Amino acid sequence: MTPVADEIRIDVPVSGAPGRGVLTRLGSKLGNGFVQLLLTLIALFWLVPVFGLLVASLRDESANTGSGWWTVFTKPAELTLSNYAELVANKAVWQSFLNTFYIAVPATVLVVVMASLASYALAWIEFPGRETLTVVVVGLLVMPIQVALIPVAKLFGALGLFGTITGVVLFHVAFGLPFAIFLLRNFFTGIPRDLIEAARMDGATEWVIFKRVVLPVAKPAIASLTIFQFLWVWNDMLVALVFADQDSAPITVALRAQLRQFGTNIDLLATGAFLSMVVPLGVFLLFQKYFVQGVLAGSTK
Amino acid sequence: MRLRVNVDAAPGRSPRQAIPFLLPALVVLAALVLYPLVFSLVRSFFDASGDEFVGLRNYVDTFTDPRTLTAFRNNVLWVVVAPAAVTGIGLVLAVLTERIRWATAFRLVLFMPMAISLFASGIIFRLVYEEAPNQGVVNAVLVGVHDVFSPASRYPGARPRVGYAATEAGFTAVRPSKAGDTVSLPLIGFSPQDVPPQAVPASQPTAGAGELRGVVWLDVSVGGNAGKVDPVERGLPGIAVEAVRDGQVVARTTTGDDGRFTFPDPGSADVTVRLPPENFALPFRGLTWLGPSFITPVIISSWIWIMTGFAITFIAAGLSAIPRDALEAARVDGATEWQVFRRVTVPLLSPVLLVVFVTLVINVLKIFELVFVIAPGSVQSEANVLALQMWQVSFGTGGDQGAGSALAVVLLLLVAPAVLFNIRRFRRERS
Repeated sequence: MTPVADEIRIDVPVSGAPGRGVLTRLGSKLGNGFVQLLLTLIALFWLVPVFGLLVASLRDESANTGSGWWTVFTKPAELTLSNYAELVANKAVWQSFLNTFYIAVPATVLVVVMASLASYALAWIEFPGRETLTVVVVGLLVMPIQVALIPVAKLFGALGLFGTITGVVLFHVAFGLPFAIFLLRNFFTGIPRDLIEAARMDGATEWVIFKRVVLPVAKPAIASLTIFQFLWVWNDMLVALVFADQDSAPITVALRAQLRQFGTNIDLLATGAFLSMVVPLGVFLLFQKYFVQGVLAGSTK
Repeated sequence: MRLRVNVDAAPGRSPRQAIPFLLPALVVLAALVLYPLVFSLVRSFFDASGDEFVGLRNYVDTFTDPRTLTAFRNNVLWVVVAPAAVTGIGLVLAVLTERIRWATAFRLVLFMPMAISLFASGIIFRLVYEEAPNQGVVNAVLVGVHDVFSPASRYPGARPRVGYAATEAGFTAVRPSKAGDTVSLPLIGFSPQDVPPQAVPASQPTAGAGELRGVVWLDVSVGGNAGKVDPVERGLPGIAVEAVRDGQVVARTTTGDDGRFTFPDPGSADVTVRLPPENFALPFRGLTWLGPSFITPVIISSWIWIMTGFAITFIAAGLSAIPRDALEAARVDGATEWQVFRRVTVPLLSPVLLVVFVTLVINVLKIFELVFVIAPGSVQSEANVLALQMWQVSFGTGGDQGAGSALAVVLLLLVAPAVLFNIRRFRRERS
């Protein structure tokens, strides 16, 4: 779309004088070449740190302490999967990797289900206080989780949920809900009124309208929310740092003990960090359209 | 699902039916967000144990505690520098990507850091800025560039055994020499393994008429005589030697493979032999990025890496909504690209830029993981920010939940303007 518009601009002489047209065209060509080069360099610049981590994760401890990852270009034979084999064989780390799933999947499902239900009510059922409730949800969007850490830790302690996966999941659900409701409510209100009214005229209950009319139409929004929420929880560290114990810790928390001796633990940390990145990167590349939409919609979070 | 005809409820006017839809979310929000919010407010007025009401003391302590004040200062630095930088970079790059065909791919690459955890990004940048130039790529590049302009010395740390005074100009002989003399320069403080391979055993030069001769060798053989050339001791090739008279260098030469050097014509008056410092300079090892002086800028740079893609994508979405005609009209009127950018694009985009900026400010105020991961334990107090301090005070080393609650409330107050901004924006969009 945009490149076409640019070309049209270039081919149409800006003013009447033909000499200026040629110069403008030349200048524009040179300028575009420069922009291409600049943006290529910036893109590479953005990729280098990740590439460095990937290479470091594929070199063993002695290689990493002895020389930088960039020496791989002269010594590609140093590459090995042994770090990954070791990490996967390490029960605690592997358990933490699984824990990350056990936390992220239910936290995502619960948020999507609860938010869809609540959003339907906020969008299509009239009840007293609906306006206020919506504004409260918007107000909660940027609530720092720090405000809840201490009280919820106490509450979970009393309920026996402290240090459990359930506790971590519940906290994520609570702080995922405002954004989820905000996003879905906005989408649901955009559904044509006729669609809902027609179903009501046919005598459908609210539950049926929600299930048969709203949910099918809202699939893209729900997809965005699912991916956004999953990555949000998957990538968390602070919540788990407070509420998880050693057995329920996700990978981010499990690896933090290795940070003390960074220089000699690069092999382990790089491998662990990359393992933790594989899932989000896969999700991102497969569903990038939905993820980007989710992030843009959730810009306030 | 059984269809039930609902005769008594007019369409859309059935308040009671909202309850089952709202209940699950409301229960969770009330129990885990709203109740804690109130609890934290109250808790912040009690002491560490939670038994004694202390009024505003936690807040007074918060604003007088040096660690919290450092955290405040860093948060201010973050808020002033980081969101503006990312918005600016994002704006420029979003406009530039409009001119390339692979804009989508470019935005994808820059957006990618948003998908991974701040923990992983922290590890990535800890590695990037690692101090050892054989591990951290930034220092590796710095050392590489530095060594091109001032090559690394061959004999770092070596020094003469006796008879030379260390000065800024190098090692200077204590006693002057003149033509016909021979000079001995036994060096120590350097490993025999690091002597260049072309070095051959040294020998004491014989005096030559009108010439000043000498030898520089590594005087560190086992059982050898200190200050004397022993048979196994090798000369040190490539060392610069200067002859100095009245503070002026009158001659300059370099030692051969046997460590010998000769000034063919030092003149009749006395000269002083000097070994300039470039022979022995310790290698440049880059900068201590993760030390106290650079740590916050370093963490900010990693945050810029993470958030720029977000800014570009958001601003690009805003750009595509700008009417093309407005830009074309300005161009037809003869405006330069810069003028179009300044006078048309930026003003039309300003609402979008404001939203991006506010979003980034909120994000910055909550910054935690990056500091936690990138700053080594010893400099974490230098890099401290409020969210990290809150965690430290409440759950880390502090264990004072009264002070922690006060910090949480302070954070809440800091994002409060953003809450109002969001509500107003929401209300405006509705109407």
